[in-house]
Amino acid sequence: MDYEAIIGMEVHAQLKTASKMFCGCDANYAAAPPNTHVCPVCLGLPGALPVMNRVAIEYVLMAGLALNCAIPEEAKFDRKNYPYPDLVKGYQISQYDMPLSRDGWIEIRLEDGTAKRIRIRRAHLEEDTGKSTHMGAYSLVDYNRSGMPLMEVVTEPDIRSGAEAWAYLTKLRAILRYLGIASGNMEEGAMRCEVNISLRPAGSAAFGTKVEVKNLNSFRSVRQSIDYEIKRQAAILDAGGQVEQVTMGWDENAGRTVVQRSKEEANDYRYFPEPDLPVVRARRAWVDELRARLPELPDARQERLIAAGLRPYDAQVLTEEREVAEYVDAALSAGQAAGADARSISNWIMGELFRLLKESGQDIATIQVAPGELAALVGLVNRGAINAAAGKQVLEEMFATGRPAAAIVEARGLAQISDSSELERIVEEAIAANPKAVQDYREGKKAAVGFLTGQVMRASRGKANPQVVSELLRAKLG
Amino acid sequence: MSNTLTLAEVEHIAELAKLGLTPQEAQMFQEQLSAILDYAAMLQQVDTEGVLPTAQGLDSGEAERPGMREDRVAPSLAQAQALANAPAQQDGQFKVHPILDE
Ligand SMILES: [Zn+2]
Repeated sequence: MDYEAIIGMEVHAQLKTASKMFCGCDANYAAAPPNTHVCPVCLGLPGALPVMNRVAIEYVLMAGLALNCAIPEEAKFDRKNYPYPDLVKGYQISQYDMPLSRDGWIEIRLEDGTAKRIRIRRAHLEEDTGKSTHMGAYSLVDYNRSGMPLMEVVTEPDIRSGAEAWAYLTKLRAILRYLGIASGNMEEGAMRCEVNISLRPAGSAAFGTKVEVKNLNSFRSVRQSIDYEIKRQAAILDAGGQVEQVTMGWDENAGRTVVQRSKEEANDYRYFPEPDLPVVRARRAWVDELRARLPELPDARQERLIAAGLRPYDAQVLTEEREVAEYVDAALSAGQAAGADARSISNWIMGELFRLLKESGQDIATIQVAPGELAALVGLVNRGAINAAAGKQVLEEMFATGRPAAAIVEARGLAQISDSSELERIVEEAIAANPKAVQDYREGKKAAVGFLTGQVMRASRGKANPQVVSELLRAKLG
Repeated sequence: MSNTLTLAEVEHIAELAKLGLTPQEAQMFQEQLSAILDYAAMLQQVDTEGVLPTAQGLDSGEAERPGMREDRVAPSLAQAQALANAPAQQDGQFKVHPILDE
């Protein structure tokens, strides 16, 4: 039977504040010895009182605005109660029914170019827990992470596949990074993801039984676990069985989901208002001030690039990272003077430059190829001063040495031969040297011209203009 | 109006709070918790028509961004101080009973 997957996501992102959420402990604890960034508040000692970090609140409000959310005038914090050793107070300060923002959306673009909106149910603020390490007969707990500001972004169940989940995460992370409020680094645990998935017969309006998958620590594991769960649940339903309501984890090595908790043990959090914190009032003037602080976001940038002539999908990819988008912008503005059109620049960045970045493991923000020089190179190719194959060699050298494109072309003698008298000589030599191909061509095998063009390119050591060569060949062969 | 909790509900609450109750205690709490619920039920009978819901008793009123602090780092405790009351410790960390659910 054909099924439709109904998927919702919860993403937790640590906010990049200087201090923790409710105390002044240094939020930069990554390299610190355990339990050295702690105080009575984040250790949950009796009598300690939390005080809200204004910047953390502002970051969530800014995220809410960027996610097209409504910002309610009043928000409050609640206590979410559950016992766990890494949770110092026996409860987590979170937000239950009055979050800082709600009812927004993100637009994602799929590989086929179609756009789709994923609705955002809410973005709220809570505190992170400590970190426990399991040693078998006992566990060890470090509370440096305890009380870190953590934003939770929850979607409506609008996602339908692993690929859409990937696109959603990519877009969400891009927005958070553009805002400069979170690193979004999943491998470092600064962004964590939970997914809930159910299947229903295609076309049906009913909802199936939801399975939660937790502890996903990479984009890849999110996509793979969703694809796996869809297959697993479909097989159960096809066999006439029933999907159990469980919480699963993702076993990266085995490439499958494993049951962590069944429904009977489901938590009962007994939320109630946090009595130690006042209501947060997001007054109009404050929200307006935050809105004015928003940078140009990926969607706006994307629209601008599409208007400049880029393919929609390329525009999306090139705006995923703020650094890449800034590089593209700089290259495009230099492109006009260099005779390089936007689409060609985009093709060179998406193709050759991305390949070089990937192979070298370098970051676009620190490479030696200045955006203006990339535009100059594309201009040289577009004007026919060098051919595309030579352009790739030049870019490689630019990437390795940081020398300007024109200087490399000059030094390596790569300037394309468009001078027809010289080309004519090479073409005539090729015709004389390959009577078989010439005969094939004259007998109607027009493809033979490709072979002859190749011969000419080789004789010119790649410097001939392939278009001019094939025109000359056709003229001479008659 | 009476909101009598069942013994099973009392035991569930005790389980959530990680409290072990003797049968006598369970019965005692059943009576006491039920009395608290009766009291809340009494409050619910008050006519609140036209009164805005109050999310929080603590409200600094009209002050600009009330009850917030600036994002400034303040000194933390030293590791030895943080661990001073730990029943057990190892490698600068709190040592606790094994956590089984992962
Ligand atoms: Zn602290």
